[in-house]
Amino acid sequence: MELLVASAIGILTSAGLYLMLRLRTFPVIMGISLLTYAVNVFLFASGRLTVGAPPILGDADIYTDPLPQALVLTAIVISFGMTAVAVMMALGSYLGADDDRVNDPANDPEDVT
Amino acid sequence: MSHWIILPVILPAILAPFIVLAARHHIGIQRTLAVAGVAALIGIAAALAWQAADGTITIYQLGDWAAPFGIVLVADRLSTLMVLLTATLGLFVLLYAIGSGWDERGRHFHALFQFQLMGLMGAFLTGDLFNLFVFFEVLLIASYGLMIHSGGAVRLRAGVQYVLYNLLGSTLFLFALGALYAETGTLNMADLAVRIAQIDMGGTVGIRVAAVLLLLVFAVKAAVVPLHFWLPSSYAEAPGPVAALFAIMTKVGAYAIIRVYTLIFPPDLAATAGLYGLWLLPAALISVAIGMIGVLAARRLDRLVAYATIGSMGMVMVAISLFTPEGIAAALYYILHSTLSAATLFLIADLVRTGRGSMALRATAPMSGAALTAGMFFAAAIAMVGLPPLSGFVGKLLILDAAVASPLVVWIWAVVLGTSLICLVGFSRAGSVLFWKADAVQNPEVAVMPPAPSALAYVAVGGLLALMVALTVFAGPVYRHSTAIAAQLFDPAPYIGVVLDTPGKLSGDGAGDDAGHAEADKQESEDH
Repeated sequence: MELLVASAIGILTSAGLYLMLRLRTFPVIMGISLLTYAVNVFLFASGRLTVGAPPILGDADIYTDPLPQALVLTAIVISFGMTAVAVMMALGSYLGADDDRVNDPANDPEDVT
Repeated sequence: MSHWIILPVILPAILAPFIVLAARHHIGIQRTLAVAGVAALIGIAAALAWQAADGTITIYQLGDWAAPFGIVLVADRLSTLMVLLTATLGLFVLLYAIGSGWDERGRHFHALFQFQLMGLMGAFLTGDLFNLFVFFEVLLIASYGLMIHSGGAVRLRAGVQYVLYNLLGSTLFLFALGALYAETGTLNMADLAVRIAQIDMGGTVGIRVAAVLLLLVFAVKAAVVPLHFWLPSSYAEAPGPVAALFAIMTKVGAYAIIRVYTLIFPPDLAATAGLYGLWLLPAALISVAIGMIGVLAARRLDRLVAYATIGSMGMVMVAISLFTPEGIAAALYYILHSTLSAATLFLIADLVRTGRGSMALRATAPMSGAALTAGMFFAAAIAMVGLPPLSGFVGKLLILDAAVASPLVVWIWAVVLGTSLICLVGFSRAGSVLFWKADAVQNPEVAVMPPAPSALAYVAVGGLLALMVALTVFAGPVYRHSTAIAAQLFDPAPYIGVVLDTPGKLSGDGAGDDAGHAEADKQESEDH
């Protein structure tokens, strides 16, 4: 299971980074989403991997660390919000500049003397 | 338990929704509320700083849950100083935004401004790394809104870059936190300090990875080369007052580095030894060089100031990466100076843009109010370059003095002094083109003069300049205070003691001692 989780995190991260390097808004936003999935899985794994155990203390002998679950919950909420903001701004930028590149245009209008 | 510590976070957090909900159609009420709120913040911050000045460390446990599982806010000398600096800068920037009418050119400026302040205050006060992440996000999401305030295609594109860069930084931050939690099982800073010191040399790989990742995250925030690429476009395209407020945002990175690397990974920790001297110091020196060369190469005033910000941030990082008490004390003085001077220059750049209609560094007809603006630019440039008599000179002198003990002293002196010359040339060129050459232009390009900025805008810039003069005049007391801060940072035992030993809810039966994952505290962990 460790191998599965580790390679999932690795594949998600590398795919995310690849998409980010495309420098077009839609792939970049997809890449950011993949990266946040990767980091969320990584946060789960930071509390050690336990199968079939509840994240609460109770009658059960084994329990999984509940703190990473709380961290992931917060991280998911934040990353959803951030992705929404990024999508809105990318949309605005696309509609305003009429192309979906992320990098600066070659010639800044005010630079020309 | 005193509730004053949480007020700098709560006050803007209440004010901002109130402004959005109740006062969104009345710019007058918004302005009054915003100014009153920031003025109250200054009062609270000054009181907190006064309380912490004698070395008292005050803790606030949210929901009365004890650390390390509850969330805590901690007010020591360093955090109260940064809170006071933020509140003071906030007031002048707000006055400028009102005076120049920037707050009317888009919606919700004042609400976003308050949220931004809330995030900054929280980041400075929190005693918990995950909460630091949350407050980073709060201040970032407000800054995204402020950054694209009043719109435009170029600004939006710069805004998208800024957002994506910061999202990447946030993801890295979470990876670092995950690695740290996997190794130690806690994210409270004081608790981390205790536990990391106990880890033996065999198990330090994860710690080292986490330390490097955290350093990278904070270096992104502090715009240290090679992670500075987001800064020039974002700061140059942001509205003037917003860029001025952002002057404190890079300092959040510097603050976090100081806090984390004195408390959690102190310089004598074997696991992370050599991280600063080997990696951070050269990067900081290159930042200074690149920033100052950028000043010389810039073809627009706003880019020039943005590169000057990178350079002065690099200077702060040089002082920090010495990691001696003298170095940190010099860095803190330079942080005060650099925040004020960068903010002043961004506001002056906005005055110039209002007067001439363009930021390009080429001669046009004289603008209205040129004499006053030119005088202010002159003073602010002197401060930024680091010529006597203003605070930049004192700050650089302190950094040079602190660097004497370092093995890289020759490099530091050469870079700091050499780049000061380059920066001086850059600013002189900009000033002479903008203000002196203007008289030689025969046919004005603009037939109708734009209206002169209102008096309030000049009052705000003048106020910031006056603060810099005060920082120079009272350099002695300020430096004594920053030395006291450094002394407190290099003796973290009282900080750790206050955070971990203050009892809270459910800690009467001996929990809260170092029993690992104490059972009852466990369910109430982080915020959701």
